[in-house]
Amino acid sequence: MTTEAAPQTSTPEDVARPEALTPEVRLKLYETMVLSRTYEEAILREYHADKGPGFDIGKGLVPGEMHLSAGQEPVAAGVCAHLSTDDAVTATHRPHHFAVAHGVDLKKMTAEIFGRETGLGKGRGGHMHLFDPDTHFSCSGIIAEGYPPALGQAFAFKRRGTTDIAVAVTGEGAANQGAFHESLNLAASWKLPVVFVVEDNEWGISVPRSASTAIASNADRAAAYGIPGERVENDVEAVYDAAARAVRRARAGEGPSLLEVHTLRMWGHFEGDAQGYRPELADVNKHDPIPAYEQRLRDEGLLDDDKVDEVKRLCSSAVEDAVTFAKGSAIPDPSTATHYVFA
Amino acid sequence: MTMTEAPQATRRLSTSKAMVEAIAQEMERDPSVFYLGEDVGAYGGIFSSTTGLLDRFGPERIIDTPISETAFIGLGIGAAVEGMRPIVEVMFTDFMGVCLDQLYNHMAKIHFESGGNVKVPMVVTMAAGGGYSDGAQHSQCLWGTFAHLPGMKVVVPSNPADAKGLMTSAIRDDSPVVYIFHKGIMGLAWMAKNPRNVDEVPEGEHVVPLGKANVVRTGSDVTVVTLSLSVHHALDVAEKLAPEGIDVEVLDLRSLVPLDREAILESVGKTGRLVVVDEDYQSFGVSGEVVATITDHDPGMLRVPVKRVAVPDVPIPYAHDLEYAVLPRHDRIEAAIRASV
Repeated sequence: MTTEAAPQTSTPEDVARPEALTPEVRLKLYETMVLSRTYEEAILREYHADKGPGFDIGKGLVPGEMHLSAGQEPVAAGVCAHLSTDDAVTATHRPHHFAVAHGVDLKKMTAEIFGRETGLGKGRGGHMHLFDPDTHFSCSGIIAEGYPPALGQAFAFKRRGTTDIAVAVTGEGAANQGAFHESLNLAASWKLPVVFVVEDNEWGISVPRSASTAIASNADRAAAYGIPGERVENDVEAVYDAAARAVRRARAGEGPSLLEVHTLRMWGHFEGDAQGYRPELADVNKHDPIPAYEQRLRDEGLLDDDKVDEVKRLCSSAVEDAVTFAKGSAIPDPSTATHYVFA
Repeated sequence: MTMTEAPQATRRLSTSKAMVEAIAQEMERDPSVFYLGEDVGAYGGIFSSTTGLLDRFGPERIIDTPISETAFIGLGIGAAVEGMRPIVEVMFTDFMGVCLDQLYNHMAKIHFESGGNVKVPMVVTMAAGGGYSDGAQHSQCLWGTFAHLPGMKVVVPSNPADAKGLMTSAIRDDSPVVYIFHKGIMGLAWMAKNPRNVDEVPEGEHVVPLGKANVVRTGSDVTVVTLSLSVHHALDVAEKLAPEGIDVEVLDLRSLVPLDREAILESVGKTGRLVVVDEDYQSFGVSGEVVATITDHDPGMLRVPVKRVAVPDVPIPYAHDLEYAVLPRHDRIEAAIRASV
C-alpha cells in the first residue's frame, strides 16, 4: 500500500535506544515515580478539599469519580521509559500515572481534571477521558475497551513504515473481557507492534482476583495467542527489563507481547471507597514501592538527602504550577455545552 | 460540499455497484482509505459491498478480519485517530450488540471528549433490513438506535446514485459515519428484484451532501416521509393511487443524522398531511422524531392526525406471512395514505 508522507516518527536507530539500567535510567525511573505520586497526592488533596459537609461526590472543584494510581507507579515508569511521544499509550479509568510517565502536559491534564476550558478536552472529558494528540495518549473508562483502539494506532504506525508502537493498558479484571482476547488474537495474527500491559492490583473494585480469575497469572494467557507473556512483581526495574523485551520485539516487527505486573492499589477503587472488603488494608503502606526504591538507590549511592529533596522539590513545583494553572483557567461557557459533537 | 450540479455522463448500475464505485474512487484519490471487515476480501462482501475491490487494491487495503467486531472496529478507531480513513464493515446491523461499546462509547465520543482535538474520520458500513425470512437476529434496521446516540452521522441511501454520492461524502467526512444499506436496495441477484435497484449513476466524482433530504416524488395531498427500501414501496403506492386523484409527495430522508428537518416542514407545510414509513421499530424511534419535528414547530400544520407505518414493537418473525404482517409493505402504506386523505 502506498501511504501519505510519514509524519515525524522514530527511526530505525531508535530501536537500539539504550535499555541498560544505567544510573541515569535508574534515577529517571525514581523521578518519574515521585512525580506521579506527587501528582496523585495533590489531586487527592484538591479532590477532598471541598466535598463536605460529609462527602458529596458531585461537589467541589474536582467533581465526579476519582480513581488514583498510588502504588502502581512502577508499571507506568518502567514501561514508558522505553517510549517516545511518537509512541501511543491507551490507559484505563485509572490513567494519571501513565499520563505522567508518558509526558502528557501536566497543566493541560490538570485543567481537564478541574473541568476547565484550557484542559486537554476543554472540560468535556474529565479524568477518565484524557486525549493528548501531542503524545498519542488516550484512556477509556470502560474495562478492556482501550485495547482495540491501540491496535489501530499500531496498524497506522506499521503502515507508515515507522518503528513506533502502541502500549495498551488494562487491569487484571479486564483479562476476563472479550475485548482483551479479541485484541490479543488480532494483534498476534497481524503481528501488530503492540505491548499489552495488565496491571494486576488484585482488586476488581471489591472482588479479589482469586474470586474472578481461573488462573494465577494472566501472562499465561499469552500462550493461547502464540505470543510471549511475562509476569513481574511491582519492582520498577523488573518492569523496565520486561518491558524492554516487549518493546524491542514490537519495534522489530515481530508482533505483540503481554506483560502483567503484580502491582498495588494503595488507595480505594475511587475516592470515597472505604475498602471495608479489604482485609490487608492496614498493611498496604508497608508495600509502597517508592520508599523501597528510594532506599535501594540510597544504599547503592545513587541518592542522598540532597538529591531526594531536590527531586521532591522539583516535582512539587511542577505539580503545584499545574494545579494553579488549572484553578486559574476559565470554566467552560454553558452555552457551549453542545459543541464538539461533530468535527 | 454541494450536490454535483454539472451534467455528467451516466450509466445504469445496481446500488451495490454504485456503492463500490464510490469506495474505489475514494481509494484511488486518498491512499489513507482502506476497507476491513468479515468476508470483504475474496468473497466481496456478503451483500456485495466490496465486489472486485480485492483484485483492484490488494489485501493490504481490502482486509479480511477475524470474527472479532470489537477488535476490528477499535482498530478502525485507532487508525482514524492517527489520520487514516478506514471503512469498517459490520456485516449486519443486528451485530451491533457484540461491538456497541467501541461504536458509541469510543468512536462516537472521542471527538467530543477531546474538546475537538482528536478527529475520528471513519465509516462503518452495515447491512440492514428484512423481507427474506432471515429471522429476528438478521433482519433489523436499528438505524434509529444509532441516530439516537450522539456523535455519529447516520446515512441511509435508497438508490444507486445516492449510494454512490452519500458514500463519497461519508468517506470524506471528518466525523464517524454509520452507512446503513438495506439488503433489499442493493440489486442482489439472490434477493427479490426491485426495478429501482438499478438506475442511472453519474460517472466520475459524485457527491451527495449529508443532511439533504430528497423529494423523490412531488405531490399535493399527503407527504410520505421515509427512507431506504421503504422509499421504493412508497413510490409504488403513490403511482398506484395517482389515477384515483390522490397526489402523494414522497420525501427520502437520505440521512438521519443530520436530519433535514427543513425539508420535512416544507413538505408538510404544503400538504398538511403526514404519513411516516419506517422499517425500524415504531416506538421511541425515527417515526416519532419525524412527527416531533412538526409538532415542535407548529402542530397546527397538520390537518389530520399523523399515520405511522413502522414495525410494531415485536422482533421480526421468521415465517413469511408473519414477517410481511409486521413490515411496512405496500398494503399498510396504502391504507395509511387512504386514511389520511
